[in-house]
Amino acid sequence: MSDSDKKKPNRRDFILTATTAAGAVGVGAAVWPLVDQMNPDASVKALASTEVDISSVQPGQSITVIWRGKPVFIKRRTQDEIDSARAVDLSELKHPEKDEDRAKDPEWLVMLGVCTHLGCVPLTDKGDYNAWFCPCHGSHYDTSGRIRKGPAPTNMEVPKYEFVNSNTIKIG
Amino acid sequence: MSDHDYTPKSKVGKWFNDRLPLLTLANHLTDYPTPKNLNYWWTFGGILTFCLITQIITGIILGMHYVAHADLAFQSVEHIMRDVNYGWLIRYVHANGASMFFLAVYIHIFRSLYYGSYKSPREVIWIIGMLIYFLMMATAFMGYVLPWGQMSFWGATVITNLFSAIPLVGDSITTWLWGGYSVDNPTLTRFFSLHYLFPFLILGLVILHIWALHVPGNNNPIGIDIKKPSKDTVPFHPYIVIKDLFALLIFLIIFAFFVFFSPNILGHADNYIEANPLVTPAHIVPEWYLLPFYAILRSVPDKLLGVIAMFAAIFVLVILPWLDTSKVRSTVFRPIYKQFYWFLVADVLILGYVGAMPAEGLYLLIARVATAYYFAHFLIILPFLGMKEKTTPLPLSITEPVLGGSADMAMAKNNSDYKEKL
Repeated sequence: MSDSDKKKPNRRDFILTATTAAGAVGVGAAVWPLVDQMNPDASVKALASTEVDISSVQPGQSITVIWRGKPVFIKRRTQDEIDSARAVDLSELKHPEKDEDRAKDPEWLVMLGVCTHLGCVPLTDKGDYNAWFCPCHGSHYDTSGRIRKGPAPTNMEVPKYEFVNSNTIKIG
Repeated sequence: MSDHDYTPKSKVGKWFNDRLPLLTLANHLTDYPTPKNLNYWWTFGGILTFCLITQIITGIILGMHYVAHADLAFQSVEHIMRDVNYGWLIRYVHANGASMFFLAVYIHIFRSLYYGSYKSPREVIWIIGMLIYFLMMATAFMGYVLPWGQMSFWGATVITNLFSAIPLVGDSITTWLWGGYSVDNPTLTRFFSLHYLFPFLILGLVILHIWALHVPGNNNPIGIDIKKPSKDTVPFHPYIVIKDLFALLIFLIIFAFFVFFSPNILGHADNYIEANPLVTPAHIVPEWYLLPFYAILRSVPDKLLGVIAMFAAIFVLVILPWLDTSKVRSTVFRPIYKQFYWFLVADVLILGYVGAMPAEGLYLLIARVATAYYFAHFLIILPFLGMKEKTTPLPLSITEPVLGGSADMAMAKNNSDYKEKL
């Protein structure tokens, strides 16, 4: 290609490029509020943490509380359940996580009661591991809430939580 | 098309038509040359237009009484059913109307598949049709959420969670769709807004669909190109108009049967229980018209791959004009494809059936085989069959075989009838 074929950018090209770029930024800035308005609003975010009194929960018992519109399972596990969760060889797991990492206090398992497949609420004390079973598409979870069988890709999520005192858990 | 020669008779008409050629359009729609051998499977376009208009009218009325709020929606639907004058009728027409709409659209699609209406030069009509079908599914899904019953809530939860399968951004997308951390009031209000909008988008696409149809003209049961206008065509009005109206009448009888005698048979009893975010119903199923895709979703044991398979099942239809390599349109002249066509019909029905059953044991196995066959039909059988199949000879025109002038035996039925009379 000779030099004469190569069109040198002139001032008109510069103005066109600059105008297009500025226009694109402007359109982006105008569209963003229209998209972002669909994200969680301030009133939804304000409900981001919740405190639960657990003094009346007996060993083996599980309660369900609502946090951010979703159910949270708080299970006071029996020694058998803890042992069976801790005895599992990590290589057997689809989503390997130690029970020690999921339950800070081995007696208390706190996790989102939401199946990681498509968001149904699993049933308690059901399924192949006598722990949690999701009726929608047949996912089985063990006593640590880890996925063992079925279509769910990951273990049930453990939210951020802390013991405010021995009788109260703060989730979120 | 001789539209451009049209001149209105009256002076006012001419004055107006020179400024906005609406009368030219009306004339085109009236005189539009249509193949004379169109059978009753071709009446579903008109029936579908009727369905869309019915849904829009009943929907606008329901919108006057419905309250889109998580605390009030369920009550307001019961208010429509019990208090609003004829509210029960309008809601039942709207709810069953969705089912009738899908019934008609499935017949319309399978008619296209049988007679090769998606093939050149009608690919764009087909693609617009698939867009309409996709929007219909989205609209129906969001509409089903509005009564805020248990099936509404959990259906919305399961379907929106499909997007969480997308790597990296999946969770942000579901949160964005929900407007929160679960399906809740913000989800309901936006679904209501979009459920109101989408039918009008569909209406716009329907206009494009018909426009694109009027460029090459209708396909026909023997699938050959015809000259327009010619002795192979009849004007749209009155011939096709009357035929379409008669078919619509029959369709309305079926429609009315559902509305008046079993308005809830296509729904789920669980949806008369108000939404409860803590309890998932034991057995979640979508509406019947989404079941085949639901079966495909569940037959894949991996979450992401299941979602991909489900969307691929729709996408494979979009690219169908390029998957089917056969130049012969009508199945009438494709003896081997004809068998595979009916296998596909059976396969989709089986998928629909297992989609309604629990995903375990034998049902799961059947779903997997049927899913594999579904994709094999489009991705393996159609491309190869088009190259290998020996098709029977095509007649030269629609009129010729009917008049007995063709040596072609494919239209032998008419031919021999004719000869017997001689």
